[in-house]
Amino acid sequence: MPLSKTLLLTIVLAPLFGAAVAGLFRRQVGRVGAAGVTIAGVALSCALSLHVLYQLAWGGAPVFNENLYTWFQVGPFGAHVGFLVDRLTAMMMVVVTFVSLMVHIYTIGYMAEDDGFQRFFSYIALFTFSMLMLVMSNNFLQLFFGWEAVGLVSYLLIGFWFKRPSAIFANMKAFLVNRVGDFGFLLGIAGVLYWFGSLDYAQVFQNTLGDAAATQTVEIFAGHPWHVATIVCICLFIGAMGKSAQVPLHVWLPDSMEGPTPISALIHAATMVTAGIFMVARMSPLFELSETALSFVLVIGATTALFTGLIGVVQNDIKRVVAYSTLSQLGYMTVALGVSAYAGGVYHLMTHAFFKALLFLGAGSVIVAMHHEQDMRYMGGLKKYMPITWITMWLGSLALAGAPAFSGFFSKDAIIEAVGESHRFGAGYAYFCVLAGVFVTALYSFRLLYKTFHGPERFVVDAHHGHGHADHGDDHHEPGHLAHAPHESPWVITLPLVLLAIPSVLIGWFTIGPMLFEGWFGGAIRVAEQNDVLTELGHEFHGPMAMVLHGFTQAPFWIAFAGFAVATYIWLFNPGLTERTKSALRPIYDVLVNKYWIDELYQALFARGGIALGRGFWKAGDVGLIDGAVVNGSAAVVGRVSATVRWLQSGYLYHYAFAMILGLIALLGGLWWIAQAAP
Amino acid sequence: MASHLLSLLIWLPIVGAIVVLAFGRQANTARWLSLGVALLTFVVSIPLWTGYQTAVGGLQFVEHLSWIPALKANYALGADGISVALIVLTTFTSVLVVLGSWGPIETRVSQYMAAMLALEGFLIGVFAATDALLFYVFFEGMLIPMFIIIGIWGGPRRVYATLKFFIYTFLGSIFMLVGLIYLHMKTGEFSLASFAQLSLSTKEQGWLFFAFLIAFAIKVPMWPVHTWLPDAHVEAPTGGSVILAAIMLKVGGYGFIRFSLPITPDASQEYAWVVIAMSLIAIVYIGYVALVQEDMKKLIAYSSIAHMAFVTLGLFIALALVRTHGNPAGARLAVQGAMVQMISHGFVSGAMFSCIGVLYDRLHTRQIADYGGVANVMPWFAAFMVLFAMANCGLPGTSGFVGEFMVILAAFQDSPLIALVAAFTLIIGAAYTLWLVKRVVFGEVGNDKVAKMKDLDAREWIVLGAFAIAVLALGVYPKPLTDLMEPAVQQIVQSLTLAKA
Repeated sequence: MPLSKTLLLTIVLAPLFGAAVAGLFRRQVGRVGAAGVTIAGVALSCALSLHVLYQLAWGGAPVFNENLYTWFQVGPFGAHVGFLVDRLTAMMMVVVTFVSLMVHIYTIGYMAEDDGFQRFFSYIALFTFSMLMLVMSNNFLQLFFGWEAVGLVSYLLIGFWFKRPSAIFANMKAFLVNRVGDFGFLLGIAGVLYWFGSLDYAQVFQNTLGDAAATQTVEIFAGHPWHVATIVCICLFIGAMGKSAQVPLHVWLPDSMEGPTPISALIHAATMVTAGIFMVARMSPLFELSETALSFVLVIGATTALFTGLIGVVQNDIKRVVAYSTLSQLGYMTVALGVSAYAGGVYHLMTHAFFKALLFLGAGSVIVAMHHEQDMRYMGGLKKYMPITWITMWLGSLALAGAPAFSGFFSKDAIIEAVGESHRFGAGYAYFCVLAGVFVTALYSFRLLYKTFHGPERFVVDAHHGHGHADHGDDHHEPGHLAHAPHESPWVITLPLVLLAIPSVLIGWFTIGPMLFEGWFGGAIRVAEQNDVLTELGHEFHGPMAMVLHGFTQAPFWIAFAGFAVATYIWLFNPGLTERTKSALRPIYDVLVNKYWIDELYQALFARGGIALGRGFWKAGDVGLIDGAVVNGSAAVVGRVSATVRWLQSGYLYHYAFAMILGLIALLGGLWWIAQAAP
Repeated sequence: MASHLLSLLIWLPIVGAIVVLAFGRQANTARWLSLGVALLTFVVSIPLWTGYQTAVGGLQFVEHLSWIPALKANYALGADGISVALIVLTTFTSVLVVLGSWGPIETRVSQYMAAMLALEGFLIGVFAATDALLFYVFFEGMLIPMFIIIGIWGGPRRVYATLKFFIYTFLGSIFMLVGLIYLHMKTGEFSLASFAQLSLSTKEQGWLFFAFLIAFAIKVPMWPVHTWLPDAHVEAPTGGSVILAAIMLKVGGYGFIRFSLPITPDASQEYAWVVIAMSLIAIVYIGYVALVQEDMKKLIAYSSIAHMAFVTLGLFIALALVRTHGNPAGARLAVQGAMVQMISHGFVSGAMFSCIGVLYDRLHTRQIADYGGVANVMPWFAAFMVLFAMANCGLPGTSGFVGEFMVILAAFQDSPLIALVAAFTLIIGAAYTLWLVKRVVFGEVGNDKVAKMKDLDAREWIVLGAFAIAVLALGVYPKPLTDLMEPAVQQIVQSLTLAKA
């Protein structure tokens, strides 16, 4: 059955409606109403998205590509709002709405005691709308709208607890760093319009087919011809580096953990941060034109995958470990894009969305149980208090670490093999990074599990404290002291954990064949024949079972196992060892715990530097030069002149007569001179 | 078809001003009367928009009366889509200004309201005049009420600010007057159409171009003749700031469209790089200066300068695109972008100054440091402020995005480097705006005075709500506006293709 406009509009507008009601009429609808209307909206979106996916995958529906309305029409150039729904879009729609639905339900429990309950629901529903607009767009303009709108909601949600100085610093930082990316992105869009003649995906991709597209060059600096495709793709990718937090624009993502945990799961793990990955995959016809741009993508992704993962090993805040893990996994996706394995990147995006949302929501469940303690040094032994959280987090971590047959195994192995297969510049470096990254991933994943759920309890329950939960502020008691014992979270929290655990474990097995190797995405992703590493790999693919068995014989499995073994040895059996290792590896530890000093560098260079520059311009330029010297200076000159003129106005008639004569002579002389000068 | 709509729009508020002066001894009478006049003017301006036939294009609602026969100066009015858009912006904003001045202005209410209404009339006159002398009279005339508004109801340094404002702009307009007199000597009349058709040597065009540039650059204002604006804003009452930022600055951009581009196209082409360079400097330099301001009004004033730079950038990029690249399609995008930016900046700056006015009415300070955590006590206000801040950052979905986006797209077609510098606004604009929001709106309640602040009252709600609707409507669906202006824009770009020397 073909997709209808009404259907797609309903998917987009249902969450927006919920957001508007919950936000504007929060008093009238109350808590139950706000949660109800937004959950109903997102649930409807999710159900209809599943229907769309079903229709496209099995129902024989053709790709939907239509404009809804014209945004503006200037001369020949029209900007539109419209939808392009193919299988790539449909997959994203399902991931977004499903994770969003889980997070909505989870929020009922997580934010139960927060005063901003309705506001929170309004924001996350608005986010769902924005993200859907982003993935369903059929043109760059609307893509940019969605891109910035999700950034706005991210800004609002990171700063949700707007009384906290750290939160309102983090949200501003996130917005500004993203703006650096958007700066490149917007220029890339301008380049697309100029060189490919349209902002419509279909039209642009059509225009990439010509021979001219791949070879056209431009000299921005005289004497240096650059391929336009390279410029455009690198500019667009800078946008992706902001949104998907790639080095060196990754600094905002760890700080975004200041936001409430549900949004860390939804926005900063599963959906928004993957927008950059989705965008590059969507633009595959463009990126395929530029080997240089893809190498750039590859190197940035590989660097992100390894070096941010390393930071995760030394973090003590449970959310930050997961955040650095997210950075690292985004790096893996980017690497896949860089070797033209777009489907591999998007595939890892999907599996990652499930298991990383699960890990974040699990971490949130732990945080609630610990009365808003996030430091793992004061946890330990929680498995007996919260078995559901414990088991689901284990499942999520196994998927993340790439344990055979779990979803993450399929997606990550495919990426690693694709990199091994590629001959692109930078592929060797990337191969090293992604393999080393496997070890690091296992290390921090199991460290988190052991420090949180296993070993001795590193907290005391103070019996004398009365009941009543602490606020959602940071105002818990001394570290390691709890008012009452940890407890398993209510069903609204554990149900999403279980529902996310299912795809985290299983989805890889059922989808790897079609999505990666059988061209399931169809025309949505275009790969040049000589770059097509996934098809190469496809020749060796004989079903998921064979892949799992084969996996046991491969390097990644043993590297991950080594990480698991080391983590188990250190954090489960020899907790004392960490301190000794720390002092033995002091320089490395310092580098990691200080996050390579990148934050400090940016703070000095851009924040303080910008302010100093502004003061300089203001005081020296505006106040000193323009106002001081020119404006007030000329006022002073006028003052002096008029003092002189006052002296001239003596009141004596002959003075005036004399002045008139002088003036007349000057006038006549001037006229005579002009007459002479004229031809 | 004889239409007197434009005359009605000009004289209704001016006559209204006299009526308010005459019968507004009671403050409340003056307020209600003024609101009535402003509303009526707005209602009368609606047929201007709905009645303008885009299919026909050109000047419509034309009026023509002999004024000074000896000089062949005429009372000639007419409006194309650009004029219509600016006039409707003026009437819309004026209603909100009258409403916004309801409480804050307590002394000499009738005189204040009368000055505002007279100003509205003059502004509409500027946008409707098709005779250069008439234009000049309105152009100068509007200085007087503004001078009075800042000078009487302004802050402690109002005398310095108002003199600076007056002398700066007056100085600029003298150059324009000289230029107009020269053109009158050449043509024997004052009609703008005759000026545009006049053939002028490159040298003549050069002189005229710089005369107009000085006049309009001060008005916009462009770097480096911008320093009157922050001072004027800081001292002006809220209503004065709103009108100044939302409408009066637009007169500068409008002047470039009506004078510089059609009358001196060849000189404009030759010196386009000057204007483009000045605009780019404004975007970066002024952005940095805005970042370090400690006074909210100064910050938004500087932000206005940086945003108005997109207007001048767009207009002169258009010239470069037509003349050196033969790219009229890109030029149309650039001119449209400049125009949309003017309208949008009217809404956004008006809204931002109104927001600052709301804060000022409560604590009587404009220092950022005196606030903090306003969201705790004024949640609705915070919601509006964040919305307008986002529009100021040029977030898509708000009006602030549309014009900047068009101008950057067009600038890229002239030179990617120009686009690169212009796009820097994405970063620096967000930096100063969000830092302001962080320090004023978010955080713990800053002090006891902030703790006692009350959220918006009904009147403030209406003002900010109306701005919010305008900002969102233009952001989500700019097509009605661009359609309205499309014939005029096409005509301007068409005229740029013809050399006059």
